[in-house]
Amino acid sequence: MDARTETETAPSWPEEIFGILQRFDVRQVPYVPDAGHSQLIERVLGSSSMRGIPLTTEEEGVALLAGAWAGGQRGVLLMQSSGVGNCVNMLSLTQVFRFPFLTLVTMRGEWGEFNPWQVPMGSSTQAVFELCGIRVLRASHPDEVREVVEAGAGQAYNACTPTAVLLSQRLIGAKVFTK
Amino acid sequence: MSKANLLDRRSVVSRLLADRKGAIAVGGLGASTYDIAAAGDHDRNFYLWGAMGGAVMIGLGIALAQPKLPVVVITGDGEMLMGMGSLATVGLQQPANLTIVVLDNEVYGETGGQASHTAATVDLVGVARSCGIADARAIATLAEIEAYAVAMQDTASGPRFASVKIDSANLERVLSSRDGTFIVNRIRGSLGFSPI
Repeated sequence: MDARTETETAPSWPEEIFGILQRFDVRQVPYVPDAGHSQLIERVLGSSSMRGIPLTTEEEGVALLAGAWAGGQRGVLLMQSSGVGNCVNMLSLTQVFRFPFLTLVTMRGEWGEFNPWQVPMGSSTQAVFELCGIRVLRASHPDEVREVVEAGAGQAYNACTPTAVLLSQRLIGAKVFTK
Repeated sequence: MSKANLLDRRSVVSRLLADRKGAIAVGGLGASTYDIAAAGDHDRNFYLWGAMGGAVMIGLGIALAQPKLPVVVITGDGEMLMGMGSLATVGLQQPANLTIVVLDNEVYGETGGQASHTAATVDLVGVARSCGIADARAIATLAEIEAYAVAMQDTASGPRFASVKIDSANLERVLSSRDGTFIVNRIRGSLGFSPI
């Protein structure tokens, strides 16, 4: 829920993620906004095949995706690391339903973080997912985003393996706080 | 525990689902799931045995995926209170085929009958309306329920929200399947989707 300072040119990896989601026929894209996801969210909201669904809290998105799957559609949950803790009980659904759960998580609380309030949840994000039975993949450099997200989407949608892809703060850039 | 003139939850749910046609019914954790089971097992019943606060969002996911089918979420006041933000999310999406029915007994019946917020201060109909669900109403009679069962078949005029004040008596549990994979795959199968 923050706005990072604009980079001089938009990175290409959000567009690559959008293309992967299109190829996997993703239709429902629930999200809680994060600056790291802003380019992808704009693409989703402008898409004719995907529906961007703003949430009030991230756990709503887990339940929404379970419903989407029951109704025959694939989805992906976009959130920031601080939202992962909000999902914990609802992540039970990934094991109870064995449905194709994929989430793309922009990381805070690491790699040059300014705000100490982001650090506890950011530091435990991967462990929390793993304790909840979610496989975790990570992309730290722009040139690996495509293959990591493709692998994550593949195992989630083809093998019903619940998967989180962490998009590192190193990839996104630490938020700069200026007065 | 019982008050006079409150509706019997099983009568409410059985009338809502009596002529459901292709409707998908999501039952919130606890007594609402038993009520749906008591009305008769159905391959489009989505029984929840957990995920408290998630019933409306599961219903929204189905409703957006299947816009031509009526989807009805039947849940309790405690479950609805835990997922109150989902009413805001529904209000934003305006799924015309989604109906939400809260069976409001003003207590947490599964855990010993502790009072819920609706017993004192919270007006869920007002919450739903404030969230952008224009058709939000309180229902007090079975005649209204029967009319509502017809209205919920209209997949072009939702979303709808109704709060039904019900008797707080704990009824015999009617246990549905609690195998989530079975429940979801059975719904998917009824919609024509194959297993992976």
